[in-house]
Amino acid sequence: MVPLEWCLILAAVLFCVGAYGVLSRRNAIAVLMAIELMLNAVNINLVAFWRYLEPGGATGQGFALFVYAVAAAEMAVGLALVIAIWRTHKTTVLEDIDLLKG
Amino acid sequence: MTTTLLNLTWLIPVFPFLAFAAVPLVTYRNRKLSHSLVIGGIGIAFVLSQIVFWTAVTHPDDLPFESLGIHWLSAGVENFTLGVYVDPATAVMLFMVPLVCMMIFIYSVGYMNFGTSEVDPRYSRFFSYLSLFATGMLGMIVFNNLLTFFIFWEIMGTCSYLLIGFWYEKKYPDPDKITPKEAGLKAFLVTKVGDLFFMLGLALLYAEVGSLAYRDIFSAETLEYLAHTGFLGTQFPLATVIALLLFGGTVGKSAQFPLHVWLPDAMEGPTPVSALIHAATMVSAGVFLVVRCFPIFTAVEGSHMVIVAGIGTFTALFSSIIAIAQDDVKGVLAFSTISQLGYMIAALGIGAYVAGAFHLITHAFFKALLFLSSGSVIHGMEHGHHHAHEHHHKGEHESDHEEHEEQWFNPNDMKLMGGLAKRMPRTFWPFLLGGLALSGFPLFTAGFWSKDEILAQAYTASPVVFWVLTVAAALTAFYTMRQICLTFAGEPRTEAAKHAPESVPSMTVPLAILAVFAVTLGWVGIPDHFPVIGPMIPNWFEHFVGSTIEVGEHAMKVAGHLSEGGHEAHSQLPLVMGLTAALGGLAVGWLVYGRKPLKAGQMDPVEAAMRKVWLGWLYEAMRNRFYFDWLYQKTFVNGSIWLADLFDAFDYGREPGKHGVVDGLVNLAGRFGLLLSRISDWFDANVVDALVNLAGHAGRLVSIGLDGFDLRVVDGVVNGVGVVVKAGGKAIRPIQTGRVQNYLLLASLMILALVTAFFFIILVLSI
Repeated sequence: MVPLEWCLILAAVLFCVGAYGVLSRRNAIAVLMAIELMLNAVNINLVAFWRYLEPGGATGQGFALFVYAVAAAEMAVGLALVIAIWRTHKTTVLEDIDLLKG
Repeated sequence: MTTTLLNLTWLIPVFPFLAFAAVPLVTYRNRKLSHSLVIGGIGIAFVLSQIVFWTAVTHPDDLPFESLGIHWLSAGVENFTLGVYVDPATAVMLFMVPLVCMMIFIYSVGYMNFGTSEVDPRYSRFFSYLSLFATGMLGMIVFNNLLTFFIFWEIMGTCSYLLIGFWYEKKYPDPDKITPKEAGLKAFLVTKVGDLFFMLGLALLYAEVGSLAYRDIFSAETLEYLAHTGFLGTQFPLATVIALLLFGGTVGKSAQFPLHVWLPDAMEGPTPVSALIHAATMVSAGVFLVVRCFPIFTAVEGSHMVIVAGIGTFTALFSSIIAIAQDDVKGVLAFSTISQLGYMIAALGIGAYVAGAFHLITHAFFKALLFLSSGSVIHGMEHGHHHAHEHHHKGEHESDHEEHEEQWFNPNDMKLMGGLAKRMPRTFWPFLLGGLALSGFPLFTAGFWSKDEILAQAYTASPVVFWVLTVAAALTAFYTMRQICLTFAGEPRTEAAKHAPESVPSMTVPLAILAVFAVTLGWVGIPDHFPVIGPMIPNWFEHFVGSTIEVGEHAMKVAGHLSEGGHEAHSQLPLVMGLTAALGGLAVGWLVYGRKPLKAGQMDPVEAAMRKVWLGWLYEAMRNRFYFDWLYQKTFVNGSIWLADLFDAFDYGREPGKHGVVDGLVNLAGRFGLLLSRISDWFDANVVDALVNLAGHAGRLVSIGLDGFDLRVVDGVVNGVGVVVKAGGKAIRPIQTGRVQNYLLLASLMILALVTAFFFIILVLSI
């Protein structure tokens, strides 16, 4: 049986890959994809903790499903934003989008 | 030994899946390697399937066989197990699916390479999709529960979307003609309507029974329970409701009325795809679902079987009428497919389980054959067109024909063909055999035996179904003859048809192999009561597949009730009517289209005749598929757009300058705020100002005295603060870059620092 730690390490690695992607990718769509990776790392943790510590209940899986739903909604909003930005700025490169600049 | 061999079933879907995965990951640059890999995958699956099939046939006592289950999905306290399940229905599907798939894959190699100077850039991807599709179909057949059935069913749905829209950049000059991209979307969305019902059926079944494994849901106790429990406290037995919901999936996938609209447009995909998905395998998945869940359908007598039979019968007639007026060579076959699927559904609806399954198998062979031959014809026409075009160009370069030539050429249009039998004999003969099998040409074609079986059962079960199906059979024979004559007989009607070359062997050899099966396969199911031949050859198919329904006595009871003693009442009337329908339809078709072949530009004789008796509008309606696409476009598609517009208007307003409700509310709030501020402005200017001025005057008197202190001390402090803030702002301004990723990085670092600090403090405190 795979020990719990391995799952957690996998999740941590996945999270770091995602975080790196979010911080370093220039393309907004790639950033959205990286966010998905981070969310999935969370899912792995949820399911792993459920399986190893609370196999009787369904809380972990339930939360994972919620995360899926939220991730799907977030993707929809995110892509809509990217399209909106594309229409106004003709770019999806995040460095060129600096309306918040002080 | 038997168990070991039957356990090979596990491996059947694995190899096509590996091929699917390997092509995009490893071999996609090498076209030859890609298609070899995919054909190899299906080839191994084919060999394994044959082993399983023959083992099952020779050891029928071991059926149904179920392997040990593995846990594959645990949800909460529930553990789903996965195993393979082989019963006679699975076995015959395993005979048909890999064989047809393999033929189509080999044909695809020829199809994708032949006739064009440059190979399709997505060549490897095409084969990868095909392989995934085969995985879906095989996985659906072999596993032992409805959950995996549904998963693989959806994999096929995705593949059909990808494959129909394979040439997604293709556009036609006629804006009303559906493009591959739209056709793929249409197929996906329409079948999803059915899938939703299927999923609801699964949910209800699971909620009531607590399992989706065939062993549990088809057990006698479960069926008893489903038959005698009302749905939500009503009179309807659960079995009826579940059966109808599952049947919703069938209606979508097998393109039954009213969800039939996707299949004709799915012909936009490459022809091997039409053959694979929309004739031989995927659409039969819907029928297979009913075959698989037949115990539930027959657990209780109820209106649901009438609905099943009714939809099947209506679809069979309805689409064969439309097929008469189609000019697209694949369009005729598409409607013919819908019609034949209606036959199968009707057969299942009247309880003729074996006959329906038999027609499913034979139809797969001859319809795949017809599609592949028509693909060969289309290729020939395209090639001939290019050839004629070039010829023309060389000859009269200066002529004004050039503009005329630039018009879009539709290689699928049968009106532009004619006389191809001489040009493409190795395509013509298989097509002829397939067409005869489709029409049910007596004695030597497979279609005759399976259709005859359905008609015989329908005769004893329900006269209405029987007569409608007979009429549909006659129409089928008629339009098949029309198609053969228009395509192959007479003289070429265009330059393209005159120059059409024969296709390459990798296309024609699969045709020949499929043609063999389209003929011989019927001989395994010759009914016992058939005169002369019947008693001589045992009805192997019925003995083998018929044994599946040992699951519940209910099934036998209901099926027996519906088709009261199919064997006892062996009246010869259905046989005679079947023969009359097939031969009569073919003969009339020959008289109309074969005796005097169509001239170029001549109107279709049927259309001309109908116009003469003021029925031109009916022909027009048939050609336009009775306007169902138009109706759905106007109601569902435009309805959705209208709803979206409505919300948009609610939000923003429809035209610039006008405001929607939400916008209006926001603006109203703004106006209200403005009003309030004006009032306070007035109050401010007149009342507060006066008071302030008064206080000011008083203050001024006082402050004159304090002036010096103010200028030096207080000002100094205030300016000092300002200078400090300004300097600080200048110092930290660079971090406000406006780039969201910088902010995120900073936030992450801060959190890291805080967490570190937190643990550090805890460490310090604990020491």
